[in-house]
Parts: sequence; C-alpha cells; structure tokens
Amino acid sequence: MLRGGSWDREPSHGASLLRSGRSAPTRGAATGRVVHLIFFLCALVSIITTVGIVLSLLIESLGFFREVSVWEFLTGTRWSPILRPRSYGVLPLVSGTLLVAFLALAVAVPCGLGIAIYLSEYAPDRVRRTLKPILEVLAGVPTVVYGYFALTFVTPQLQNIPLPMFRDLLVFNALSAGIVMGVMIIPMVSSLSEDAMVAVPRSLRQAAYALGATRIEVALRVVVPAAVSGIVASFILAFSRAIGETMLVTIAAGATPRLTLNPLESIQTMTAYIVQLALGEAPHGSLEFQTIFAVGLLLFMLTLLMNVLGHLVVRRVREEY
Amino acid sequence: MTTADSAEMTGADTALKVRNLNAYYGAFRALKDVSFDIPRNKVTALIGPSGCGKSTLLRCFNRMNELIPGARIEGEVLFNDENVYHPAIDPTEVRYRIGMVFQKPNPFPKSIYDNVAFGLRINGYRGDYDEAVERSLRGAALWDEVKDRLHESGFALSGGQQQRLCIARALAVEPEIILMDEPASALDPIATLEIESLMRELIRDYTVVVVTHNMQQAARVSDKTAFLNMDEDRAGYLVETGDTHQIFTNPADERTEAYITGRFG
Ligand SMILES: Nc1ncnc2c1ncn2[C@@H]1O[C@H](COP(=O)(O)OP(=O)(O)O)[C@@H](O)[C@H]1O
Ligand SMILES: [Mg+2]
Repeated sequence: MLRGGSWDREPSHGASLLRSGRSAPTRGAATGRVVHLIFFLCALVSIITTVGIVLSLLIESLGFFREVSVWEFLTGTRWSPILRPRSYGVLPLVSGTLLVAFLALAVAVPCGLGIAIYLSEYAPDRVRRTLKPILEVLAGVPTVVYGYFALTFVTPQLQNIPLPMFRDLLVFNALSAGIVMGVMIIPMVSSLSEDAMVAVPRSLRQAAYALGATRIEVALRVVVPAAVSGIVASFILAFSRAIGETMLVTIAAGATPRLTLNPLESIQTMTAYIVQLALGEAPHGSLEFQTIFAVGLLLFMLTLLMNVLGHLVVRRVREEY
Repeated sequence: MTTADSAEMTGADTALKVRNLNAYYGAFRALKDVSFDIPRNKVTALIGPSGCGKSTLLRCFNRMNELIPGARIEGEVLFNDENVYHPAIDPTEVRYRIGMVFQKPNPFPKSIYDNVAFGLRINGYRGDYDEAVERSLRGAALWDEVKDRLHESGFALSGGQQQRLCIARALAVEPEIILMDEPASALDPIATLEIESLMRELIRDYTVVVVTHNMQQAARVSDKTAFLNMDEDRAGYLVETGDTHQIFTNPADERTEAYITGRFG
C-alpha cells in the first residue's frame, strides 16, 4: 500500500475517476454559476438604483419644465419659487453652489497637495503610517459636525478679524462654509494625490537625483508632473463632492438665493434649497414641489459631468509612464 | 591594491580614489574595505558575482546610495582629492559632477528635448538650450535619429534609443565622470554594441565607470577592470584591479581566474 491510514474516500487503485457517480464537475460548475449570479445581482442593484434615480428625476422635472422653459430656468437670475412675484431662474443657486465649492477648493487644493507631497516624498514610513489614518478620521467626521463647527466657531472667528469688511459679516455666509468644506475635502485631495504620486516609479526619482536635483526639485519637477493626471482627477472629484455636499451648507451658508460672487454674503446652494423645500409644506405635485426635481436633475448632471471628467483624466494617468 | 599601474598614476590621471570604503545596509555589511583608483578618461569595469556589491560601490561614488533608507558608509571617496563624503559637501553637487546611467532606461515622461534639458534647468544653465540639447544628443550618438522629433515623448523611442537618451541627459550637465550600472543588460545585442562603442567615444571627454556581469563586454569595452567577490558573510571585497588585458589574460589571483573563466558566479 502506498497510502497508509484510513480514508473516507476508499482508495481503489485502477478505478475510474468517475467511479462514485457523484458528478463532481457538474456540482462545481453549478456552484460557480450561483456565485457568479450573486455578484452580478449585487452589481445590478446599484445600476438599477442609479437608473431609477435618473428616471424619477427626469419624470418629476418634466412636469416642472411644462410650466417653465428650460431656457428660463437655466438663464434666469432670480430664484423665488414660493414668494410672489415668482421666478424660476436657477443661476443664484448655481452661483451659490459654485462659490462655496471654489472657496473649498482654494483651501483643499494647496493643503491637500502639500500633505500629499509631504507624505509621498518626505515623511518617513513611521510618520506616514500614523498620519494617513488620522486624515481618514477627518474624512469620516459627520458633515453635520462640520456645519456647526462653521456656524458656531469659524464664523465668530471671522467676525473678530479687525478689517472693515468682516465687521458686518452675517451669521450665515459662504466664506465660513467654504473654508470648513475645504478642510472637509482635504483628505480626499491628499489621499488621491498621494496615491498618484506614490505610483510614480522610483527610477524617475533616481534619474533626477543623479542629475543633482534636490528633494523639492524631484517632488515638484518630476513626481508632480508625472502624477498630474491623478492629481487633477483628485481636484475634480473633490469639486464634485463639494457641489453635492448638503448638510454643511444648509447649516452654515444661509438660505438666501443670491446671484453673487462675494463670499461674505449669505447665499443658498442647490442642495440647501432642496433640503429647505423638502422639509417645507409644499404640496406633492405642485410646481413648488417639482422645483426640487428640476434642481436635483441639474445637480445630478453637474456632478455626473465632474465624475466623468475625473475618470477620463484618471484613465490618461495610466498612459503616462 | 594589488596592481602596479595604480601606483604609477599621478594625481592628475586619477578621477576617483576609493579609500577603505565600507558600506552597510542597516546591520548588513555590503562592502568591506574597498580601496582602488579609477583612471581619468578611461573605461573602468567593475565585475564580480551577483550580489557582491558592484551597484552599491557605484552608487557610493556619487552619493546615490545614501538615498536608500538605512544605508551608511565609512571611508573616503576622493574626487579631485576632495572627499565627497566631507560634511561640508552638498551631495547634490557631487551628483551634478558625477553622472549616472541606470540598468533600465528611465526617461522622464516628457519630450526628448525636455528630458535632455532637465538637468540644464535644475542646475540653472544660462547658455543656449537648443545648442546644449543638440550637443548632448550628438554626444550620445542619438541626434540623427531624433532631430526631427525632439518634441515627441521619450517613450516613443526604442529601448536602445531610450538608454542613449538617458546618456544624453547625463551628458547635458557636463559631468566629469559617468557611472553606468549594467547599462546594456536590458537591451538587444545590436543596441548593446551601440552603447559599448559609445562608451569608447565618451572617454575622450569623460571618465566612464561601468558595472557589468558580462565578461565579454568588460573585455571589449574597458581599459581597467576591478574584480569584486564576496566572503561567507556576503560582504563584498575587492580581489584585484588591473589593466583589463592583464586581468583577462594573466590574473594575479586565482579567484579572478576562476571567475573570468566561468567556474563560478
Ligand atoms: N536597498 C538595499 N537594502 C538592503 N540591502 C541591499 C540593498 N541593495 C542591495 N543590498 C544588498 O547589498 C548586497 C550588494 O548588492 P548590490 O550592490 O546590488 O550587488 P550587485 O550589483 O553586485 O549585484 C546584496 O547582498 C544585496 O542584497
Ligand atoms: Mg547590480
């Protein structure tokens, strides 16, 4: 006997592998198909949800656009869907949204990029391993906390700045919401940019060092340019996040649709408007209620555009080196 | 130091003097007491079995090795009689004066022109850039092949061309010494021969130190050869140096003979 001991599956030399009639290959294939199906269903759920959202937005806003022309909606400069005289120009909400988003980028881009460069090019391994989880915690703080932080801490600090323009700063203003939102999206910029920078081959850094480059020259002239697609993609995704952020701006930026680029004013973003109306008493099916979906559709298309842009840029990064 | 010729050398003929060099990675000693001279305007080949510390030794010459975390050296490397490891010396200055070409071609993801101009830019070159780029590409025997597409990506070139682009990039900053770590090992035989003949041309203006695991290449291309081996602790040490012809025909040490005749390594 070659094989000692006892076996559940009794060895019988010379017998066919198909002897027991357990039809193992069939069973294996069946299991494979079931697993395949489960994973496919998981993917399907998210696809169906997305399609469902788009459809409901489209259908509901159709009612709105029967009353108000797309042109009027997109180019009108006054937004007053409830108070008479009514007006359905969405530009004030768009400007409010973009104002806060650009303020946020103004904070998040330099800070996030600086952190990414530090983590990828300077920080010793130990520091990197401590800092990255801390940044992730920052990303995990509930947005409502950021909202009250902006309203009850940052705004009062801004009001204390001894400059005339800050003296009359309103309680609700785009500036403090934008700054705090910038802090909120720093981890997104830093972590995606760092990933792109870490992916730059070491051999390129060595080539630069061998020509007499200093560390900062290697970082700024070799690593950042080689990772630029990934870095820009991180900006775009962060911007898209800033456009879609709701709670922070609802709490801190105000509820005053106003076509302005002045960050010291109180404004209203698209998302904050949707919240305001959804919590209000507008009857289901009314024109006021349908504005939610028109604004929602525009918001969806804006973020979709941003995400598509981001992914296109990310795809380019793979072709770089 | 087992050969007579290094003793004959006067200071002016010597590009680098290595004195009692020990290199460590953490607690591991990669090089043990290496001392020898590298002649000016010659090709010096470093040969030896894999892992004996050839690349480490080469990187010690222009202080590239200290970029590796945990790497540390003892001893001296004298460049124009100045110790490159003197505390007052800036390592970027050393690397600016002693260039390096790597095993795998590593052009930047930039245009051919910008690859060559990179070293000029970071070192604040104030002359004519177009002229310097052309001169460097001619020096690397690449000009005729790329002169009509200087603004295409360096990646558009073949492997051999990419390696010559890397050589041009190193030449642009006009170093005195060019270190090459198995520069042809990733290339096909034709491209390898092109790089080898280029090395022979380079020594009119430069000193070349080349690491190779290819005995024929060392014999074909170098004037002087240094043979390294490693002991039972895997620490590399220098067995002998001498004229390439002498090392390959009449080695002083039996370990050298065993190695070059292919009995180990
Ligand atoms: N970055 C590194 N970290 C730790 N040990 C290293 C490193 N690079 C090389 N070594 C060790 O140093 C010794 C010499 O390596 P190397 O200089 O690459 O040899 P060679 O070029 O002759 O093959 C080897 O034992 C290798 O394992
Ligand atoms: Mg090596």
